[in-house]
Amino acid sequence: MKICVTSKGSDLDAPTVPHFGRCKFFLIVDPDTMEFEAIGNNQGSASGGAGVQAAQQVIGKGINVLVTGSVGPNAFTLLESEGIEMNIFSGGSVKEAIDAFNSGSLESIDAPNSAGKSRR
Amino acid sequence: MKIAIASGKGGTGKTTVAVNFALAIGNVQLFDCDVEEPNCNLFLGLDLEKQEDVSISVPKIDAEKCSLCGKCAEFCRYNAIANLPQRIMLFPKLCHGCGGCQIVCPENAITEELRSIGKIEKGEDSNSGISFFQGTLEIGEPMATPVIRQLQAHIDGTTVAVIDSPPGTACPVIATVGDMDYCVLVTEPTPFGLNDLILAVDVLRQLGVPFGVIINRHGSGDDRVEEYCHKENIPLLMKIPYKREIAVLYSEGIPFVEHMPEWKEKFRKLYHEICSISSENTLQQSCTKVSS
Repeated sequence: MKICVTSKGSDLDAPTVPHFGRCKFFLIVDPDTMEFEAIGNNQGSASGGAGVQAAQQVIGKGINVLVTGSVGPNAFTLLESEGIEMNIFSGGSVKEAIDAFNSGSLESIDAPNSAGKSRR
Repeated sequence: MKIAIASGKGGTGKTTVAVNFALAIGNVQLFDCDVEEPNCNLFLGLDLEKQEDVSISVPKIDAEKCSLCGKCAEFCRYNAIANLPQRIMLFPKLCHGCGGCQIVCPENAITEELRSIGKIEKGEDSNSGISFFQGTLEIGEPMATPVIRQLQAHIDGTTVAVIDSPPGTACPVIATVGDMDYCVLVTEPTPFGLNDLILAVDVLRQLGVPFGVIINRHGSGDDRVEEYCHKENIPLLMKIPYKREIAVLYSEGIPFVEHMPEWKEKFRKLYHEICSISSENTLQQSCTKVSS
């Protein structure tokens, strides 16, 4: 299983960030071994469509679960179409997010919970 | 002669100035380019007739031909196309209609289809001789500029065109004022009015459009806008006082020149002043033609 956590830094002690499309890093973690890969979000400052790009990036990595704060409508459509489980986590480090996921205490995201940003 | 009425800050009185200015000169074309919220007709009350739809081209992908190579998604700088392991997904509202995806597709799997995002309407005011055009962007659509461009295609060039601009300094404003002969910036004597005026001035200077300033609700704030204009050598074209009578007429949807004829005269003088400011830019000819 691969879990993607949105984060400010590139290791497991880095703090999580709530904005899926505009986070700094995606940490792709195997919860059994705690092996991980950090990927920079190359569209974090895109004028629009950051969520689409972010979703493509992590879907391409074959993730099964996303742990973040909020997901906009376009990213949600993409992630849902690939059957990726989305969960809310706030505060704490990436490692704590994984622990919370393992304990089954995270609330799932069943609908877009951020307005996203339409390009102007 | 194309004159835009714009402002950095919203709610300073663009529509008030545009409508009263157009009525005072008469026999002009008036365009409401604030397509996200057109409101000139609240003060004109004309019957509008639809002229046309505004559409943009969006890609249509033939799934049979598509090899999922992802070149289209990679090309699209607006992220309107997502390349997934088993399919391509489109986000039409992010598309700017550039057609680039169609060019880069090696399988010729992409064609274009039209998507309506707004409409153009027209009304005639027989009393003032105003030909009024209004663009409306459909609710939920993010891209105003195609509607503005198509609306401005109705400028006929034989008479004066008065253009009510959207507020701010972003794309819709650039699309509206970029091609103008003159721009009137309406502001208010407040710190917000000054701050956003400075931003708008910066835009117009970069676009190379000549401009001047009208202070609306003059007397309600402080002198900093006037000091700024003086310091920057920006013509202060008019001061509209902070006056109950004007506010009451506005709240009833009545253009104030209709009840305060002295203002009709002031707006006509403003028009001639704009003509003389612009005369250096070879616009004298069209000005004289209209005013005679």
